Amino acid sequence: MKRKTEADWSLIIKPHQKLWSVDLGEIWRYRDLIQLFVKRNIIVQYKQTILGPLWYVIQPVLTVIMNMVVFGGIAKMSTDGVPQPLFYMAGNVCWLYFANCLNQTSNTFVANQNMFGKVYFPRMAIPIATVLSNLFRFGIQLALFIIIWIWFAARGANVSINVSALVLLPVFIVMLAGLGLGFGILVSSMTTKYRDLRILFTFIVQLWMYATPIVYPISMVSEGTLRTLMLANPMTSIIEAFKYATLGQGYFSWGALGYSFAFMSILLVIGVVVFNKVQRSFMDTV
Amino acid sequence: MKAIEFDNISKQYRLGLVSTRTLSHDLNRWWAMNVLHKEDPYLKIGETNVRSHKGLSEYVWALKDINFSVEQGDVVGIIGKNGAGKSTLLKLLSRVTTPTTGTIKVRGRIASLLEVGTGFHPEMTGRENIYMNGAIMGMTKAEITRKLDEIVDFSGCERYIDTPVKRYSSGMKVRLGFAVAAHLDPEILVVDEVLAVGDAEFQKKAIGKMQDVSKGEGRTVLFVSHNMSAVKSLCKSGILIENGEIVFSGDAANTVREYLDSKTSHFSTFTITDAKNRLYNVTKDLEIISARMLSPIELAQDEPIQVELNIKRNLQSIKKFTIEMMIDNFEEQRIGSYISPVYTVPDKDTFRITMLVPNHNLARGKYCLNFNIGLKDENEYGFRDYDMVYNMLNFEVKYIDKKTKRPIQVWRDTWGTLHLRKAEITIE
Repeated sequence: MKRKTEADWSLIIKPHQKLWSVDLGEIWRYRDLIQLFVKRNIIVQYKQTILGPLWYVIQPVLTVIMNMVVFGGIAKMSTDGVPQPLFYMAGNVCWLYFANCLNQTSNTFVANQNMFGKVYFPRMAIPIATVLSNLFRFGIQLALFIIIWIWFAARGANVSINVSALVLLPVFIVMLAGLGLGFGILVSSMTTKYRDLRILFTFIVQLWMYATPIVYPISMVSEGTLRTLMLANPMTSIIEAFKYATLGQGYFSWGALGYSFAFMSILLVIGVVVFNKVQRSFMDTV
Repeated sequence: MKAIEFDNISKQYRLGLVSTRTLSHDLNRWWAMNVLHKEDPYLKIGETNVRSHKGLSEYVWALKDINFSVEQGDVVGIIGKNGAGKSTLLKLLSRVTTPTTGTIKVRGRIASLLEVGTGFHPEMTGRENIYMNGAIMGMTKAEITRKLDEIVDFSGCERYIDTPVKRYSSGMKVRLGFAVAAHLDPEILVVDEVLAVGDAEFQKKAIGKMQDVSKGEGRTVLFVSHNMSAVKSLCKSGILIENGEIVFSGDAANTVREYLDSKTSHFSTFTITDAKNRLYNVTKDLEIISARMLSPIELAQDEPIQVELNIKRNLQSIKKFTIEMMIDNFEEQRIGSYISPVYTVPDKDTFRITMLVPNHNLARGKYCLNFNIGLKDENEYGFRDYDMVYNMLNFEVKYIDKKTKRPIQVWRDTWGTLHLRKAEITIE
């Protein structure tokens, strides 16, 4: 009997909620809003700029040139026989997507406090939209990578495609997005009251890049503790597998990829649960 | 059928900045709740939220033990002074934050209008922002597309609809925001003071739309406002909140009366000007230091209004001035003003002005006096204000004549605020 009267109300607001009461259906109901946020993020990025989306191309190009000078030229690090621009581009395109997702979502609560303070909608809409709109940027950079790839391949460079691995590309993208989103919302949730962690995290992301085989191949690292540590980094297997699929050189392992996927899944679950708990009353502490 | 039910709702806030002690409180709270399985230790302390007094505790109750329910189709006005907890109540209902204790039950879709134009992005066009704002408020894209023409028409911004919102005047932004809000189709509408913006024509339109929504379409509306006449004309019932607690609830007219009466306790015969009396930045070349009521607080209709003002001259070069007295009713509407001729500033640093208005013609009721010192001369000096002070003195028109002190018995609201007492009538 009690159950029936409870169900009669369409919404019950309580001080505390069960930890696992994440309403995914609600996020789906707000899909139009997510779509509009994605559109807004993309439009606003290059309004009143002359070069517009071309900036998405310039950023990785300059990074790659920098890498070629410092790591290829000065440090003379190996690229497994792959032309330097292609090798650095492959790593950077993937890394930039992950890092952008992470950095932008880690600011969700602080950056949107004005809007969040006035109206309710599932707060997850914002980080989800961020990850999706970054996909647009990733797409453009991937296209640039393909153009460079074709140019080098036509000139007979030592690159080959592994089709069996390439079909996994959507999975790689989902994993990059999932890791970025998971870390991002976790940091965002933990920084509404104490901002220290965010400052620490922007710094960590910079260092993290060097712990991931972007500017060097993992084959440079011989078997041992260091290699095990590097493979514990969930980004390593994804970037190496991407290089294996597109360049023919790299480390492809189902085990390592499975580990990264499991890492991402657990991270996402924890992230969503914590985010969901924080979103209910963060306005009082932000 | 009930649409909204507040059951024992309280909301606690911690005052001051986030400091190092916050972390120790957090740890203490976590220890007590999760390890010792006791109640939150900081819920026991805390005081009622009296804004003007310095309290002992860092924790205050913005709302305390709020219980009420709203029937479907009711239009409820929530009134109270600034900081009484009205907005907190709406915030809880619109799920911007959660209550500290208690439950709120709701039947139907809620749209909350705590602000107009939430989520407007200055770089996007009016049309794009209509979609954005509508979606944030919970509309689907198809719904917005269906109503787009109506919304644009209601806003009156058709010409600018494909221009970025950053080029809009602030009034236009408000119009556009309200137009979207007015076309939401929720079962429950939560509105906070949004009618206070926009020009008179638009306010009329907005109030009209609110009336349609509440009367014609049978929707439940919760309306927070300081505009007492809007509350009276729009709402069926009212809730009066003071220091986080409900002190009165009943029909709208009675609640408004209760609120206005509660303000009477602050009647003053002498006010020294401070920051709360000045709403605008003024030069204070001539400064109104204080105001004193010389006539009795309870006035008869044949009795003059007599006040005394102390003025300080801060700029020696000021030679001329005019003094103005503006009369407001207790619903914060201006009733009338007196504007003096131009006088010469006496050769002193402080001087006194006494003013006597013999024929005020005011109807029964409570009034509030505001003063301006400036220079208002349409030929020679133009218009300027040196100092403007608000809510300085209050009085009540209560008696028919000074001698007998017979109280005025009947004066209906619909008869207005002007009581014309003399007329020459011939009947043929």
